[in-house]
Amino acid sequence: MKRIGVFICHCGVNIAGTVNVKEVSEELSKYKGVVLSTDYVYMCSDPGQKLIIDSIKNHKLEGIVIGCCSPNLHESTFRNAVKKGGLNPYLCEIANIREQCSWVHVEKDVATTKAIKIVKSMVEKALRNKPLQPIKVPITKRALVIGGGISGIQATLDIANGGYEVILVEKSPSIGGHMIQLSETFPTLDCSQCILTPKMVEVSRHPNIKLMTYSEVQEISGFVGNFKVKILKKARYVREDKCTLCGECTKVCPIVVPNEFDLGLTGRRAIYIPFPQAIPPSYTIDPEACPGFFPIACGKCADVCEANAIDFDMKPEIVEEEVGAIVVATGYDLYSKEKIAEYGSGKYPDVIDGLQFERLLSASGPTMGKILRPSDHKEPKEVVFIQCAGSRDPELHNAYCSKICCMYTAKHAMLYKHRVPDGRAYIFYIDVRSAGKGYEEFVQRAVEEDGVVYLRGKVSKIFQENGKIKVWGVDTLTGKDVEIDADMVVLAMAIKPSKGAQELAKKLKIAIDRDGFFSEVHPKLRPVESPTAGVFLAGAAQAPKDIPEAVAQASGAASKVLALFSSEQLYHDPIIAEVNEEICSGCKLCISVCPYDARVYDKEKNIVTVNEILCEGCGACVSACPSGATQQHNFTDEQICSMINAILS
Amino acid sequence: MRKEIFEPKIVCFACKWCTSAGADLAGTLRFKYKPNGIIIKIMCSSRVDPQHVLWAFKQKADGILIGGCHPGDCHYQNGNLKTMRRVMLLKKLLNDFGVEPERLHLEWISASEGKKFVKTMDNFIEKIRKLGPLK
Repeated sequence: MKRIGVFICHCGVNIAGTVNVKEVSEELSKYKGVVLSTDYVYMCSDPGQKLIIDSIKNHKLEGIVIGCCSPNLHESTFRNAVKKGGLNPYLCEIANIREQCSWVHVEKDVATTKAIKIVKSMVEKALRNKPLQPIKVPITKRALVIGGGISGIQATLDIANGGYEVILVEKSPSIGGHMIQLSETFPTLDCSQCILTPKMVEVSRHPNIKLMTYSEVQEISGFVGNFKVKILKKARYVREDKCTLCGECTKVCPIVVPNEFDLGLTGRRAIYIPFPQAIPPSYTIDPEACPGFFPIACGKCADVCEANAIDFDMKPEIVEEEVGAIVVATGYDLYSKEKIAEYGSGKYPDVIDGLQFERLLSASGPTMGKILRPSDHKEPKEVVFIQCAGSRDPELHNAYCSKICCMYTAKHAMLYKHRVPDGRAYIFYIDVRSAGKGYEEFVQRAVEEDGVVYLRGKVSKIFQENGKIKVWGVDTLTGKDVEIDADMVVLAMAIKPSKGAQELAKKLKIAIDRDGFFSEVHPKLRPVESPTAGVFLAGAAQAPKDIPEAVAQASGAASKVLALFSSEQLYHDPIIAEVNEEICSGCKLCISVCPYDARVYDKEKNIVTVNEILCEGCGACVSACPSGATQQHNFTDEQICSMINAILS
Repeated sequence: MRKEIFEPKIVCFACKWCTSAGADLAGTLRFKYKPNGIIIKIMCSSRVDPQHVLWAFKQKADGILIGGCHPGDCHYQNGNLKTMRRVMLLKKLLNDFGVEPERLHLEWISASEGKKFVKTMDNFIEKIRKLGPLK
């Protein structure tokens, strides 16, 4: 039998105040296997640790149980001490007699009896513990960033500047995301393109960055440090390296389809560039809009292309990459206007959403920055802005606050007033949430300097009448109904996770929350990590965020990646499953319950083995195993049953 | 003669990530609860094998409480749902063993639900007290 040492901590009076520590120690000294049982006032202190280290040597201890606070606090402290004493750290167990005993009970005899049982149960476990070694895992020091908006760009640049290779995958033809669509950004009103395009160019020129636009992640396998990724590179039908951006092709292309970059406010040709500063700087042929090139139906663009950049024979290809870490920065989409019937279900051309208004405001937008309403290109004199369109409405739409709309609506109203000084801007709001550096001052400026009228209340209905858009609302501060004959209405639509986020979550085996955003491990203390090791989150994919927050989180995610890459090897907790090959009958039940594909069928031996690196150690397969062939390291059935015995004795 | 109050013996299987952490929180907040239950901390509630439950009843446990993460919050993706299925099935079998199914209870308790841990434990102990000792 193993020689066990028991150490009971007083934790000052935290334990000793309710638990008779001397009695516990004495009682344990009589227990089987225990060759030393002692107590000390602060076991985690230097003298306390020294006591453990010396005792290991003096009493030839082979297992340690420390009765103290929660293992979450000092398990690693004591395991390190035990290691210093020359014992395998996994032979040390913590009996939690503080959080789960002394702090939750009052009567001393009752708490003492319970503490004795808790420590005894851990002695039973310690008697059967085996020495374990952390499993070494190599790291591929390359990162994958999914999504080329501001968050993805920031994370990519930070990792690349840290000296590691990064693959940036973006599904659309250019990076830039939603930020490149914006006109000016709050609260400083600097031009979005002016601050973003230099970063985009840096991405395209950085020696450590492999940019893959018009590409999508198709398959991901592996685990932290060792992911294998299959990326679908769609065919652009234009050679990026040859295209000179002369634009002759668009002049001859006969096809016009709605331009997604301008959110349908303008049209584009079948061969197009999303916006002039696109990265990579190249045109793209939209195969769905093009009349076809198998056989070539039109081919006019190829005829005029002097650079011979157009390549109708281009094929989509699958690129396989190996990476060690992944940053997910897939951003957001707007909640669809069609979903809100009382605001016209998207059927009125002059009821637009916030991003469309950004395009109207943008100097490079369809109206060159002039405010002209979509239906008749006239300057609207009365504009109603409606906040929380689809947000904060648990009954019908989304329960959450989309966070950025208060600020951008104030900005919209302000910029509208700058462009149309004789116009009137009304904002319907539930609350104005302007927490952020310089944000409240910005909203105040909109009210005081630009004369934006804030009406506290919701709009109940919008409809068209006599060429105007009637807005029926209520001002809850005066308690009066409000009716406005508006020329244009701008809806601050709710922020939704971008299309495809759910499928990506499945591919990455990461969780999404009830609203569809990616879940972080801990909402406060680990906000950039996903529950899957090596997969990090950045930007609005995790929750609605404004630009500074998205950038901060992206840099946070990048620093996590850099920290991961700074070690030569990774270590994996060895509390994993193992198989007794003699007993295993190859029934494969374990394969069906393993969420990590860690159980692998060996056809030759007709057994199911454990992939040590993939196994996360939940133990689900152990309890599913009908023959007891699978056991979990240091959580064997024998250990658990003997712990039960000790508790019930 | 004064009748002695029956003090049930409870074994509580608690997963490391949620329920055991919730019990720790109850301690940190100095909530008080009855001392009849002792926790066996496991990595995931899905490690609870039906044979552990039967073994504990054989050793005269009066009640068994299993605590796991809320659905969707499982550290191991869906271990808690496997536990749920096993517990449902096991409850059906317990009758055949002469054990009232109410003596086995599964509850989702997160790391932030110290209060819920205390309530669950106290209520369960009272329920078992009313049921009386395992026959």
